[in-house]
Amino acid sequence: MSHSAFPLTRFRDYALLFVSWTAAGLIVFFFLWIVADVLWSGLPSLSWSFLTTTPEDAGRSGGISSIIIATLMILAVCLVVALPLALGSAIYLAEFMRQDGRAVSVIRRSLDVLAGVPSIVIGLFGNAFFAIALGMGFSILSGGLTLACMVLPILIRMTEEGLRSLPQSVRLNCAALGLSKWTMIFSVLLPAAMPAIAAGLILGIGRAIAETAALIFTSGYVDRMPESIMDSGRALSVHIYDLSMNVPGGDQNAYASATVLVLMLLMINFTVMLISRKYKPQQE
Amino acid sequence: MPLDNVFNFSPNADLDPCPNAAETIIETRNLTLHYHGKPALQDISLRFHKNEVTAIIGPSGCGKSSFLKAINRLSDLIPGCRVDGEVCFNGQNIFDLRSDLMTLRRNVGMVFQKPNPFAMSILRNIDLPLKEHGVKDKDERRVIIESVLQQVGLWDEVRDRLHDSALMLSGGQQQRLCIARTLALSPSVLLMDEPCSALDPISSAVVEDLIKSLATQYTVILVTHNLAQARRISDRVALFWVLDNVGCMIEYARSEKFFNSPKHSLSAAYIEGRRG
Repeated sequence: MSHSAFPLTRFRDYALLFVSWTAAGLIVFFFLWIVADVLWSGLPSLSWSFLTTTPEDAGRSGGISSIIIATLMILAVCLVVALPLALGSAIYLAEFMRQDGRAVSVIRRSLDVLAGVPSIVIGLFGNAFFAIALGMGFSILSGGLTLACMVLPILIRMTEEGLRSLPQSVRLNCAALGLSKWTMIFSVLLPAAMPAIAAGLILGIGRAIAETAALIFTSGYVDRMPESIMDSGRALSVHIYDLSMNVPGGDQNAYASATVLVLMLLMINFTVMLISRKYKPQQE
Repeated sequence: MPLDNVFNFSPNADLDPCPNAAETIIETRNLTLHYHGKPALQDISLRFHKNEVTAIIGPSGCGKSSFLKAINRLSDLIPGCRVDGEVCFNGQNIFDLRSDLMTLRRNVGMVFQKPNPFAMSILRNIDLPLKEHGVKDKDERRVIIESVLQQVGLWDEVRDRLHDSALMLSGGQQQRLCIARTLALSPSVLLMDEPCSALDPISSAVVEDLIKSLATQYTVILVTHNLAQARRISDRVALFWVLDNVGCMIEYARSEKFFNSPKHSLSAAYIEGRRG
């Protein structure tokens, strides 16, 4: 092959191939390493009773049932508030605003900036606004609403991009058939944008469920079983942080909780993917 | 209508030796179209006759498609597009504030160059617009769906997979599905924007035969860049041209007259392939 007409080009091609494969390999390697480490150390102490009992001795013993419930409640509040708001805003941005106007691009840039705001800042805002100003105190409601603020920009932008990436011809076809704007959006455009919405949802849930900083200031870290959304509740990530940083001898249960968190995230991603696949055409 | 245009109503003046031979269903009067303030079409006055195929031909960029989109007010959706003049459908100006867009588009159906079925099942592609236009009974919709699929010759090909995604069909089948979807609303006019040009030759021939068969029941306005096709299936031809960077109509006549003895020198040159 050294007698090839373009030896250098060929060498470059191979070098590029090598670099890109190595980079991809490294990413997969580190991902698997982290997951394997968590599962390796966490799985042995995972048991049914761990999932169904409340923490004792600051979490060193006992289980995490109250933590799981609080996490799910915070996530539920977050999604119930964020999803409709995000869909509505995205639809308004993509389908009702003048696309060549200034307002639309200002709003888009603002959302992009908001999506990048550090979670600790969002947490302080949540504390000042929801917990203190609105008087919700340290509660699951404050935490969920704060998380909603955090995932809203991501959800809006992903949904909006999904809608805008649909070709204009789809809209012309809808109009030519005399479909109302309402029918066009809800029966044609949103189902077609479903993969993008699902991707946004997965990203948003991923950020929300892994959130620690913003929740310490808003939903607090009481590890009792929450009785309503006005109770304080400790999220899984906060529990892991507390066990590994503040509680000597809590490492084992921190690993077990991390395992639960990872498995929970995988399950949620899988469910969202299944739902979005239902909307996808079977084959192109 | 500006005064000088009344006296200048030339392209149509000796169009039809006996004006009552066919009923006018759509008439455009001094239709002028601007994109972002720049004129794209100037003063198009045309009469379309019931149950005839009128072909609109001309070189690229002469505003054929824009003209078509003005007839069902799809031009409303195009940013920066402004339409002046009148389009009368059954004697009613469609740009009137009172005119009902949904009814207009139900009556004046459109088929696009690129087949664009929605990303849903074959059945739902037709079912959705029917439901939207108030056909509430499910069995009634099924009857309509079957009959329009028969009409476009697609029924036997898809009867066993009505619930499959429409995107799995071939290009020609997709185009026929789009035509069926339009026919389901029982329009009286069909606007067709180069419906064959994105298809392979065989599918194209199938769709062309379909258009020909539709001509007995519908008024078809067909934009095409295919002269042979215009000659084969149209009753009348309008030739659009770009003069001074603006699209305008230079001849409108019965097909046989247009192709055998064109009046305008540009028409003759275009037919012979010397210009265009």
